[in-house]
Amino acid sequence: MSKIKELLSLFLSMLKIGTFTFGGGYAMISLLEGEFVSKKRYLAEDEFVDLVTIAESTPGPIAINCSTYIGYKVGGVLGACVSTLAMCLPSFVIIYLISLFLNSFLEIPLVAAAFRGIQVAVLYLILKAGMKMLRAVPKTPFSIILFSITFLAVVLFALFGKDFSAVLAILVSAALGLFLHFLRILKEKRGRTK
Amino acid sequence: MIYLNLFLYFLEVGAFSFGGGMSMISLIQDIVIGNGWLTEVELLRMIAIAESTPGPIAVNIATAIGASQGGILGAILATLGVVLPSFVIILIIAALLNNLLKYQAVRVVMESIRPTVVGLIFGVFVTLGALTLFGTKNIYTPIRIDYLGIALFALLFLVSLLYKKITKKEPSSILIILFSALVGMIIY
Repeated sequence: MSKIKELLSLFLSMLKIGTFTFGGGYAMISLLEGEFVSKKRYLAEDEFVDLVTIAESTPGPIAINCSTYIGYKVGGVLGACVSTLAMCLPSFVIIYLISLFLNSFLEIPLVAAAFRGIQVAVLYLILKAGMKMLRAVPKTPFSIILFSITFLAVVLFALFGKDFSAVLAILVSAALGLFLHFLRILKEKRGRTK
Repeated sequence: MIYLNLFLYFLEVGAFSFGGGMSMISLIQDIVIGNGWLTEVELLRMIAIAESTPGPIAVNIATAIGASQGGILGAILATLGVVLPSFVIILIIAALLNNLLKYQAVRVVMESIRPTVVGLIFGVFVTLGALTLFGTKNIYTPIRIDYLGIALFALLFLVSLLYKKITKKEPSSILIILFSALVGMIIY
């Protein structure tokens, strides 16, 4: 019985956070901390810091990574399912409802004009997100080269109307990083045996 | 067929996006433009909706694109696709590899991916910017400059700078979107 109660409370907490946080994963982190570390004490402070690092460095939406992890800690695999479902549900319902009305909504001239303004806002938000992430990247020669090549490649490919694969770029940079890393290890070993 | 495609493409987005939110936009751009699902303008509109509604941005975008291509079933499959890789990877980490980050190889991979992801974001900014503000996709299409759009873009920088001076906080995404909507209604 207490197990069901715990899952229900988890479901409701995640539902609440999913419904009331604007701005995606990063905005959610402080709410998750308040709910699950300070209030309900499901996670210790240092465990939560680890969780954020894991959520940021594994693929996928940060909010989903966090909710799956917290759910698992509270109630195992079932807890992870309940928690992730609750995190997605508000988004899904709200967006689905909007999508039903969007097209007829856009036929109103004033709304169409508003959306032309909003397009510019989104450009601004993309640039701002990029600049924030750029500041957080350690400035090593390797990272500067990767950044510049990727950026130039995207722009040049688009300029000449060719398709660019973001997935391929990510895979190649991971492989390059590993290759250089193992080369360094090999060099160190050789230096030691000499 | 569209259902399977939605699921598989968003599975790819979920598996290869690092850093949340905006970092997956280049992946999503590849998919929706490549498949002819949306135009760039429609994509920007969906990003705006995803940013200004509550919840994870990735889930918002997946639901919106899924619904636009395949109704409710499309929305469910796209959302499931974007969530599934995260869910599986995090379960494995939480259950088995709690000290994953102590493996050096994992750290090296993360550090090498990050600058590439940032490069991708700047690339998206330039390509979508060229389209919205200069009306051109590539060297083969004519340029049509949107002076009002460029003015609004500059105005957003000024206003957010001013906002930061007064409140000591960055303006939230919603505030910027609402402000631009208002200006858009006036100038267009």
